[in-house]
Amino acid sequence: MPRIHTANRPPRWIVSAAVLVAALAILPLASIVDVTVETPWSTIVAMIVRPRVGELLTNTILLVALTIPLCTILGVGLAWLTERTDLPARRVWAVLMTAPLAVPAFVHSYAWVSLVPSMHGLFGGVLVSVLAYSPFLYLPVAATLRRLDPAIEDVAASLGLTPWQIFMRVVLPQLRLPIWGGALLVGLHLLAEYGLYALIRFDTFTTAIFDQFQSTFNGPAAYTLAGILVLCCLLLLAVEAGTRGGARYARLGTGSARTLRLRRLSRTTALICSLLPIATCVLALGVPLTTLARWLIIGGAEVWHADDLAPAFSQTLIYAAMGALITTLAAIPIAWLSIRHPGKLVRVIEACDYVTSSLPGIVVALALVSLTVRFAYPLYQTMATVMLAYLLMFLPRALVSLRASIAQAPVELENVARSLGRSPAQALWAVTLRLAAPGAAAGGALVFLAIVNELTATLLLAPNGTRTLATGFWALTSEIDYAAAAPYALIMILLSLPLTWLLYHQSQRSLGR
Amino acid sequence: MRFLNRVIAAAAMFAAAMGAASVHAADDASIVVYNAQHDSLTKEWVAGFTRETGIKVTVRNGGDTELANQIVAEGAASPADVFLTENSPAMVLVDNAKLFATVDPATVAQVLPAYRPSSGKWIGIAARATVFVYNKTKLTTDKLPKSMLDLADASWKGRWAASPAGADFQAIVSALLEAKGEDATRAWLKAMKTNFTAYRGNGTVMKAVNTGEIDGGIIYHYYYAGDQAKTAENSNNVALHYFKHQDPGAFISISGGGVLASSKHPKEAQAFLKWVAGKKGQEILRDGTSYEYAVGEGAASNAKLVPLNELDAPKIDASKLNSAKVTDLMTQAGLL
Repeated sequence: MPRIHTANRPPRWIVSAAVLVAALAILPLASIVDVTVETPWSTIVAMIVRPRVGELLTNTILLVALTIPLCTILGVGLAWLTERTDLPARRVWAVLMTAPLAVPAFVHSYAWVSLVPSMHGLFGGVLVSVLAYSPFLYLPVAATLRRLDPAIEDVAASLGLTPWQIFMRVVLPQLRLPIWGGALLVGLHLLAEYGLYALIRFDTFTTAIFDQFQSTFNGPAAYTLAGILVLCCLLLLAVEAGTRGGARYARLGTGSARTLRLRRLSRTTALICSLLPIATCVLALGVPLTTLARWLIIGGAEVWHADDLAPAFSQTLIYAAMGALITTLAAIPIAWLSIRHPGKLVRVIEACDYVTSSLPGIVVALALVSLTVRFAYPLYQTMATVMLAYLLMFLPRALVSLRASIAQAPVELENVARSLGRSPAQALWAVTLRLAAPGAAAGGALVFLAIVNELTATLLLAPNGTRTLATGFWALTSEIDYAAAAPYALIMILLSLPLTWLLYHQSQRSLGR
Repeated sequence: MRFLNRVIAAAAMFAAAMGAASVHAADDASIVVYNAQHDSLTKEWVAGFTRETGIKVTVRNGGDTELANQIVAEGAASPADVFLTENSPAMVLVDNAKLFATVDPATVAQVLPAYRPSSGKWIGIAARATVFVYNKTKLTTDKLPKSMLDLADASWKGRWAASPAGADFQAIVSALLEAKGEDATRAWLKAMKTNFTAYRGNGTVMKAVNTGEIDGGIIYHYYYAGDQAKTAENSNNVALHYFKHQDPGAFISISGGGVLASSKHPKEAQAFLKWVAGKKGQEILRDGTSYEYAVGEGAASNAKLVPLNELDAPKIDASKLNSAKVTDLMTQAGLL
């Protein structure tokens, strides 16, 4: 795509708005640095250099080191089967492999804990994480596999490579970007997730920070642990950025790629290969759904307390809708700037937004609690602070879709509007944003989905008397009232289903299918 | 393409309406309770109180020390009017920060003398007893520990459980600290780290003991009665062992209630505390599903419970329990 040159500078208000959002985004990091600086050095050393931190670090590293490769193998294997072979019912499998995303991670582990009560520790943590998060790898890998140029594989075959060699030496290298991107996403979720590991009794930094929060509200131990966790997140980001490389993945020369030919599987091979998606479905969808059904049957009509469920439902809808709206609006300036006026400043602003969103909810919430208590008391325990937390955590979800659709809106139309006397703001509003509306809606939907399943930040920041579906579910599972928690889980899944479908549909459509 | 316009207009109207609604929610005759007690118990108290007085109550739920530290961090600007806990250390923390108002003498007089601290700044509203819950097929009565301190022995390695992140267990440790001193507590916690298995929540501990994952655990008494009254699926294979003999493990923890000095509705807040400690509030403890002990003058506890005066608990001054020290010691021991 040619670089777009626009003679005039971007309107100042758009730049200011983008800078403001970026400034807000680095607040949590600044707050953690601030508390760390204020704490005596000896206290920090005593908090970091202790066996408990070693344990947590070992646990966290093992979790990441085991889960990511397993997710990758599972994601790539499934993607290859559904995209490159004539596996029976492969379209159906493709949908089903995305569906576990509609089940919140802590509902996955709630299901496993009630099915196998003794399940705990590293094994349990890795198993449930792989089931809950492998769609994050499956989706991008499948999308990329679908549009690979088969010519390269043909050349490899003509040079005498076996199919397995072709896969390892030709196909796999071309999947580098989606694999690392998906792995990063999985990794960040592993570091941030609380509910999943709390239920399965596997201690990570995030659960330990929560324990410290419960014991001390905002004591120095929670902050030092948060500091280490932040460093882990930044390390993951750096590793991912370092592996991207400058390799070219697009076709050289003229012409277009021919359509892919699917690999024919013999009847027996197809049968054996079908076992992989079947097993995944049973474990990642069958277990949560049957457990949920079992608890709903045991609980019967008694667990449907409309007095509790209805307010939690409306509260969740309000939070998710407002959060999605605010986040999408906040993403507009930076999305527009990054397409129309790319440059150094814009890259810095974008980096701020991304870094904060990679921080776990518990860290963002802890920082906002401390900031509002000390410096902005009127905002303390208000909906405004909850919304700010959502904005900081989920901005990139809105940004990515919005940017893609603004890029597709021709700059010429905006220029024509300007030449007809519209101000930059009017032109942006009346032309570009209207064309970008579907992208904005998709981004907003992703934010909505994230907020429905959000637990830790909501627990810490919500105003007095607030209960969302996620926090209500959590309160009941903490009292081991699994039956009463089931309706909350069911409603969360039902709310997430249409959006998961949208996600699937979008990944198909963006590739022209 | 008016889609985006419509969505934004609708959402903006929605947001404005919500904003307006939340302003009106700040009613005159309403109080905020920071509640660390069981959600369901406080719900019953609130429902009874509101039915009788018409005073609206908003509840914020959290853990004992979490909410206590939160109140301290909020200081005089705290939105809380009343603070209810499961254990005493959190009350002491707020009391030491001088944030409690004096409780109405009439309310104090409703509570049995053993369950009110000397400061008069807060009162007991309920009580819970420490127990050793054990699996009946894995342990016989002669194999039970004589004292909670025995659990530090190497013979108990890998055989007992607790929920160290919870305020309940931390209260038990604070009693140990008060009874036996810092060095003994540190040593016991160190042995605990090697010997015990961590679970999250006392109910989870009992569940694990019930399935035989582990021989026994230190929890409070009411989880057993509560589960027996429900489906009993998490407690059919377990029994409770009371240490008695004034052992640290026979500690009875006082759940506290207090009115914040910063309360903007002190009259309503005092009325709520009086109601909870009074006849009707204590009857909810006897008849409800909490199975905690009643502490009111002349109030009876549920008949299914071993009577409080048979438990031979150690004499510990509730207002001396030190939660900050306990958190430090447990953090040092690698339990937090």
